[in-house]
Amino acid sequence: MSESPPILALKDVCKAFGAVRALQDVSLELWGGEIHALAGENGAGKSTLVKTLAGVHRPDEGQVLLDGRPVEFHGPGDAQQAGVAVIYQEPTLFPDLSVAENIFMGRQPRSKFGRIDRGALRAETAKLFERLGVALDPDRPARGLSIADQQIVEIAKAISRDARVLIMDEPTAALSGNEVARLFTVARTLQDQGCALLFISHRLEEIFDLCQRVTTLRDGRYISTELLDGLTADDLVQRMVGRELDTLYPKQETTIGAPVLKVSRLTREGVFTDVSFEVRSGEIVALAGLVGAGRSEVARAIFGIDRYDAGSVEVGTVELSGGSPTTAMSAGLALVPEDRRQQGLVMEGSIERNIGLTQLRSLRRGPVISRKVERDRAADWAIRLQLKYGRLSDVVGVLSGGNQQKVVLAKWLSTEPSVLIIDEPTRGIDVGTKSEVHRLLSELAGQGLAVLMISSDLPEVLGMADRVLVMHEGRLTAEIPRDEATEETVMAAATGQTRQEDVSGRASSGQRSAGSEATEVTKEDGALGAREPRSRQRAQGGRA
Amino acid sequence: MAAITADTGGRRFVDTVLRARELSILAALIVLVAVTTAVNSSFLSTQGVKDIFLNASILALLAVGQTMVVVTRNIDLSVGSVVGLVAFASGKFVAGHDRNVLLVLVVGMLIGAVCGLVNGVLVSFFKVPALVVTLGTLYVIQGLDYYWAHGQQINAADVPASLLDLGNGSVLGIPYLPLITVVVMVAVGYYLRAYPSGREFYAIGSNPDAARLAGIAIRKRILTAYVVSGVLAGLAGVLWLARFGTVVADAAHGWELKVVSAVVVGGVAIVGGLGSVYGAALGALLLTTIGSVLVVLKVNSFWQDAIAGALLLLAISVDRLLALRVTRALRKRNARHGA
Amino acid sequence: MAPEAPAKASAVRPRVEAPRPLTRFVRWDVIVTALLIVVFLGGAFGTSDFATSDNLSFALDDLSEIALIALPMTLLVVAAEVDLSVASILGLCSALFGALWDAGWAIQMIIPFILVVGVVAGLINGLLVTRLGLPSLAVTIGTMTLYRGLAYVVLGTKAVAEFPQNYADLATKTVPGTPIPYPFALFILLAIVTAIVLHATGLGRSLFAIGAQEEAAFFAGIRVKRIKLLLFVVSGLVSAFAGAVYTLRYGSARADNGLGLELAVIASVLLGGVDFDGGKGTLGGVIAGVLLIGLLRNLLMLRDVATEIQSIVTGLLLIVSVLTPRIAALVRQARRHPRGATPSASS
Repeated sequence: MSESPPILALKDVCKAFGAVRALQDVSLELWGGEIHALAGENGAGKSTLVKTLAGVHRPDEGQVLLDGRPVEFHGPGDAQQAGVAVIYQEPTLFPDLSVAENIFMGRQPRSKFGRIDRGALRAETAKLFERLGVALDPDRPARGLSIADQQIVEIAKAISRDARVLIMDEPTAALSGNEVARLFTVARTLQDQGCALLFISHRLEEIFDLCQRVTTLRDGRYISTELLDGLTADDLVQRMVGRELDTLYPKQETTIGAPVLKVSRLTREGVFTDVSFEVRSGEIVALAGLVGAGRSEVARAIFGIDRYDAGSVEVGTVELSGGSPTTAMSAGLALVPEDRRQQGLVMEGSIERNIGLTQLRSLRRGPVISRKVERDRAADWAIRLQLKYGRLSDVVGVLSGGNQQKVVLAKWLSTEPSVLIIDEPTRGIDVGTKSEVHRLLSELAGQGLAVLMISSDLPEVLGMADRVLVMHEGRLTAEIPRDEATEETVMAAATGQTRQEDVSGRASSGQRSAGSEATEVTKEDGALGAREPRSRQRAQGGRA
Repeated sequence: MAAITADTGGRRFVDTVLRARELSILAALIVLVAVTTAVNSSFLSTQGVKDIFLNASILALLAVGQTMVVVTRNIDLSVGSVVGLVAFASGKFVAGHDRNVLLVLVVGMLIGAVCGLVNGVLVSFFKVPALVVTLGTLYVIQGLDYYWAHGQQINAADVPASLLDLGNGSVLGIPYLPLITVVVMVAVGYYLRAYPSGREFYAIGSNPDAARLAGIAIRKRILTAYVVSGVLAGLAGVLWLARFGTVVADAAHGWELKVVSAVVVGGVAIVGGLGSVYGAALGALLLTTIGSVLVVLKVNSFWQDAIAGALLLLAISVDRLLALRVTRALRKRNARHGA
Repeated sequence: MAPEAPAKASAVRPRVEAPRPLTRFVRWDVIVTALLIVVFLGGAFGTSDFATSDNLSFALDDLSEIALIALPMTLLVVAAEVDLSVASILGLCSALFGALWDAGWAIQMIIPFILVVGVVAGLINGLLVTRLGLPSLAVTIGTMTLYRGLAYVVLGTKAVAEFPQNYADLATKTVPGTPIPYPFALFILLAIVTAIVLHATGLGRSLFAIGAQEEAAFFAGIRVKRIKLLLFVVSGLVSAFAGAVYTLRYGSARADNGLGLELAVIASVLLGGVDFDGGKGTLGGVIAGVLLIGLLRNLLMLRDVATEIQSIVTGLLLIVSVLTPRIAALVRQARRHPRGATPSASS
């Protein structure tokens, strides 16, 4: 392996955005036939590194080496020419164009006079989908595809390039177990064909499962490159964080009070059906399930972002009319949404204005807003949540992911809600802030707040929740009390392995049998959170 | 339009959706013509039809250029002023000389190209909002035109017969003007549909960020779209002179919005990524036909603008309602098949 | 240094302290104000008839409609919407004014009536934008044609003149003791109100949030649709009022009154530094922008520069107003990363 140079490499690369140094002296070597992991907290510079390899950014200093020779990518096109394919975190499709055109944009099969050969275009796309084992119509427009299907199209795009280097920037964030397994099969096939792969994931078990070698970044600096064999997850976290972690889940015992949020028979056609549950004061209820199971959609409907077709939502004694976040808020609901950058924050607004946005009325002195009240309140919350910032008038866009999440929390907690719905509380934030958020949630519940927490992070669900509700394909399939909640029971319900009669209503009597089934499921799917047994060489041989 | 055998249900579905707009405009046109002819049979006379096509050609030509720009999620409001400037400039150019028609066309298109280039550079290189920039160039070009004209006008008597013949003559009974428009429309339409670089215009409008990551030469395409729009506006300017002979400085004043209306009525999404030049041209034809129908039906011609506006609103509203219904249907279908 | 920052906050990760951006001080609205002063002084010293109170009050009166409509337009553009139909509403209301006067209505009946028409016109725009979710650009291009068309339907190419002198005076005479005409005095009053609304109330905060990130604003419980609807209605109302002012000021009601005025309004709003993509801008800047365009026109007119040149100047100003911040950004970027590609502070 060390005879020929690595296919693609970075040597002592530096990249800065304004005063922020995203990368400092980072080196990386991607060898053919190897899947290389890139680990680091959010803000460690992983995405910048990916974009540098992809030709989106040009390094300020240092070199990109292709087959050992320095190259300069002047844009994403150059990198693609050189055989570098990238699957980004967010799917990057053209909604108005057909799936086939999306895959082959710029490289369409041509017939005479350089025209697009539509027959060949369709046939080649169909071939790709066959190889991936999916049934998508090549001619349908990309608009309306589910996130998972969009990601499939991205993968098809990448492998259609016959790339020598495939970079996957958190490709699994939105995928379910099956889809992750499928993606891994494709990745291993490419590995066998001699491609170099770079894989980024927040799920450490996926890294251990798929990759051979790992490079760790911290605060834009290169920390280490080593073989994964012999490394433990704790070692890796240690390198990413650079310090010992506190106990991760500081769950307090609380006295659980009366129900505050009552959701009954809530239905939005085609999205979720007949969802009923209660959240009591002082209680943290987790809503678990695979991505696409309809969890966030339920939260959106409760809060009035989307309308529902049937059912009711009660907060305290007030029944909400539905379809209005404003009335939901005045009833005492708060929603920390899933997508921080689009839904949680006005990115170009300042910290103080973002925090003040949910309670403009109470900032008034007479008819006009008092800047002093606005600032004092923001400062107060910044201290309570230990926000790291320069000035309160700085735009939130410059803060790290974790601190942005704190601003979102401040914005909602300052409305003094009785129910807090929090969707993926720690997605994309660094490990340190993560435990701060957990401690905060725990404290708030201790003070009597009812918390509904949606999370795809299984350890978080198990560590934080008093009760776990599980959704599968738009229905509530299980309600599991804290002491019975395990990876197995939750995953079983999430993948639909629990029989309906076992969980209809709030029973947990059938849970044990469901649990034993679940072990099988996780083995097959390698799903979310659960470590997959290492039988993959065989599995791979079978599929390829 | 490319005739592709529909081999799957999905294919047919997509095609129907894509062509629905062209078909519905066509249907509206046919109904309109049928009703009008029933009321007044002279409407469908050879001369009547010829007039409609003559009147629609220039608007349709501009609509074709505008489509290229709008598809990339931009807009060119300067076209009306370019037509005015070129019509006057080429009038000055030919006045008193017996210029070759081809030369006049080339000069006109060159002027248009320069205007388009300015717009294109400002929008694609400096990334300033297209609406604002082209509004600015609209003012500037119009100002230059008026300043130059200074109340003068070009008279038909000054225009060489060969040029006037281009505007009013015909070959095999088909007037030159619509012929030119159809040729341009088919060429642009074929390019946009059948060539990889043509598809990139749609890709850019559909998702600019994705287009950048896909390595598409965005600047080049947007620049091209503006230059084409400018060139076609230049061509339209010369044809304007050829058709009317008499040109005052404010020729085609306010046409930019007429063109945008035609394009939007023709099913080109104002947010880019969707629509065809055929639809846009049909939109132009429909707007023009309505004008003629009002005359024939002796409706107060003042209604023409109001109807054009209402039609535009109707077109985008129906589009939107259909889209909402499709989304809802998709959601419910997902329900049945499971997510 | 923020005194309220927790003392140990920066211990874990060194706070990245960007140098206070120079752009804080050279904001566009400040530049426009400076430019306004320069133009005014240049005019005062260079052109003898300029700084007379007669001329200034004429210049201000001439600006009345643009200035009035610029106020709601600013709110709309800050909320990332635009209303191109304003001049057509003005025209429609002017036509109605004439037709109703011809039909023997009293002015005190006509004015409330056309104000209602303006509200309805704005309501149509607003409902199409908020209920159907259509882009306001497309909607108002449509209603612009529709309303202007209706103006012609109402009045044809006729012109109605001869309005009562006392009303005409209101539109042209100055507030006693000042060179400020009544319509402009009203503008000043409304501008103060608008400035307070935009910069010091919850509604204003909401507008900036909607313009910058509509989805986040909606998630924060802001009634986005209702606010947008309100803006379009106010825009219609003010445009209708401007129609009355225009009619009385020129003493002539015509269907083509105010043709193309929407462009001048948008030009002055953008010249005042409001970001066309929404979320940024100040009312002070817009007022400076309106005055700058007005004074320039007046100066050019006094110096017998052809009106065509005025149009060129307006166009160039418009382009410059959006281009300058761009170029400044490009230069900054080039200086910072000599070989850098795109600026985006992603992780």
